[in-house]
Amino acid sequence: MNDITAAWATALQLIAAFDPQLTDIVALSMEVSVTAVVLAALIGLPLGAALAVVRFPGRKIVVVALNALMGLPPVVVGLLVYLLLSRAGPLGELGLLFTPGAMVVAQTVLCAPIMAALSRQVLEDAWREYEEQLRSLGAGAARAALTLLWDVRFSLVTIVLAGFGRAAAEVGAVMIVGGNIDGVTRVMTTTIALETSKGDLPLALGLGMILLGIVLGVNALAQLVRDAASRRYG
Amino acid sequence: MLPLVLDKVAYAIRDHAIIDDVSFEITAGPRTVILGPNGAGKSVLMRLCHGLLQPTAGAIRWMGSRNGRGRQAMVFQRPVMLRRSARGNITYGLALAGVSPRERRLRAQDVLEAVGLAHVADKPARVLSGGEQQRLALARAWALGPEVLFLDEPTANLDPGATREVESLIGQIHAGGTKIIMTTHNLGQARRLGDEILFMHGGRLAERAPVATFFAQPASHEAAAFIKGEMPWQ
Amino acid sequence: MAITGRIGAVLAMLAVSLGIATVQAAERYITVASTTSTEQSGLFKHLLPAFESKTGIQVRVVAVGTGQALDMARRGDADVVFVHDQQAEEKFLGEGYGVKRFDVMYNDFVLVGPKSDPAKIAGGKDIVAALKNIAAGKSPFASRGDKSGTHAAELRLWKMAGIDPAAGKGSWYRETGSGMGPTLNTASAMNAYALTDRGTWLSFKNRGELGIVVEGDQRLFNQYGVMLVNPAKHPHVKKELGQQFVDWLISPEGQKTIADYKINGEQLFFANAKRS
Repeated sequence: MNDITAAWATALQLIAAFDPQLTDIVALSMEVSVTAVVLAALIGLPLGAALAVVRFPGRKIVVVALNALMGLPPVVVGLLVYLLLSRAGPLGELGLLFTPGAMVVAQTVLCAPIMAALSRQVLEDAWREYEEQLRSLGAGAARAALTLLWDVRFSLVTIVLAGFGRAAAEVGAVMIVGGNIDGVTRVMTTTIALETSKGDLPLALGLGMILLGIVLGVNALAQLVRDAASRRYG
Repeated sequence: MLPLVLDKVAYAIRDHAIIDDVSFEITAGPRTVILGPNGAGKSVLMRLCHGLLQPTAGAIRWMGSRNGRGRQAMVFQRPVMLRRSARGNITYGLALAGVSPRERRLRAQDVLEAVGLAHVADKPARVLSGGEQQRLALARAWALGPEVLFLDEPTANLDPGATREVESLIGQIHAGGTKIIMTTHNLGQARRLGDEILFMHGGRLAERAPVATFFAQPASHEAAAFIKGEMPWQ
Repeated sequence: MAITGRIGAVLAMLAVSLGIATVQAAERYITVASTTSTEQSGLFKHLLPAFESKTGIQVRVVAVGTGQALDMARRGDADVVFVHDQQAEEKFLGEGYGVKRFDVMYNDFVLVGPKSDPAKIAGGKDIVAALKNIAAGKSPFASRGDKSGTHAAELRLWKMAGIDPAAGKGSWYRETGSGMGPTLNTASAMNAYALTDRGTWLSFKNRGELGIVVEGDQRLFNQYGVMLVNPAKHPHVKKELGQQFVDWLISPEGQKTIADYKINGEQLFFANAKRS
């Protein structure tokens, strides 16, 4: 229990002091994860919509594969992206390894399947309701997919949040492709891992509590948005 | 685009025939009501005519060719409203039809006034009452200026007041030159709104007659039993 | 419509992020592959600002195990490699991946163990004898087991003692497969002996019942070497900037900065670059 009380104290001290190193680390964490979530949504949501609306041979296999990819271990993704971006690898020329860009790539790969698989489910349910009317009005598959995405936009908020939670919480991928470089690619989760391995448990826990606080805050905000929206739009 | 010709059309799911060997020709002018007990295949027949389903046998031809589909619209038993304003639902259909933005707003306004919903034009469509939503669905279809309007049990879920309003609007749309093809299992409504009756039973066209003849002297005993109220479903 | 505005905002954000990445690429910086124990000793926080303010070159240290650091350099993902396993470094050089190896500094390893000292070796000055006692008594021992410089040194000492610790794997000899800190965490929790570099030990805060039991043996000295990754093998290596770093480390100024690094008044690293 001692360590946990010490952790609270450390966390509050850090926040109150507006420690510049801490703010840099938090800012970088948010930048990387938010960018990754946005990119993953741009890839995953249209993919989910396409899968919901278009029937093609082998569709069931793609759906199953996508659902399975939601459980990709972050450290495996990190390793694969590392091999891709390493100078010895196919995309080495980009010089992305050990930069925030690489971290964004890895987290996008992690989150895109989540966005696609979960949105497919939501959109498939919606399509069942909307299909006849939209086709009657003359909407083609692409137009229908976009219309569906817009109509279920509030359910999509939950999905995007799930992706953000995954990105903000993972350490395996960003550690490997970012290198945890002080001042450059050090984010909240890798700092927690580092402080733990240095035996500074109160500091690690303190940072963990800050991270939890942020994720909680984001979720609370999203809930407020959803409630307000459902009251207005029905 | 009329006449609409069905030539030995059948629709079966896994060897179970829902529509079997139906042939008829529908011309412009009279309001056609497809009558029959529940399970007779009325809704499936409508969807085949409108193009939402493809026949498993036989052919459906508009104006002699299979591709002369022209401008059609359909109103379903349950209105499907998009998560946007009442006006937005109408302009959506017009945008799909390629109408210019300015023209969209004008037409939407006209049709909203015609159905008595101008005062809720900017309210979210999904918070409207059942009757209001069905009138909005009619408005959405009417705004497209269809040559043929399909209606599938349009008042089955409405109270008598809303039913009267919808029936009155259908009359106005017909007066404007649109061909009405409607299904119902409500005898009174068929009498009020129909000029000719197509009586369906067991997936087949059992009888066809002008409305007065049909109710005075039904030719088939299935029709006779139905009119007497002895066969609400099969 | 609203959708195009949304897409525009997202594309702007993308452009900004890529812009950030490109700007960082344009900065003067080198990537140095080094070890977790060196980073965790806190040396870099003390050393690098001096170099950076003098030359304006940012040094980005990726701290992994020695084996991994050398592999990183083999793949061309680092410009300079700064580790502490002379045998592995010579092999690296022999394979043609390094330009030249320079001694930089040494620190020492210490054997830590629980207050209860089941192997009765506390206060000793002979590491080989101590290890023999530990093996004989099957006292719990936590090893890094991760191909690091520390791990390699540990295995050499076992060999000197004529013991094959693999025999004890799973019972008294526990391989954590991780860095120095996590291994010490494990040793602390298990009340086990462990070999650690003094730097990590001095900064380590989760000691539990552990304390230093054996130190000072010559065989516990840990030599650090620095090499520029060979541009002949990897043309993109920043050879001018990297060479500046190598030169600075072995220069009198760099050497003094290294020697000045202290934790609680105690010096951690002893600069020993050869004057050429």
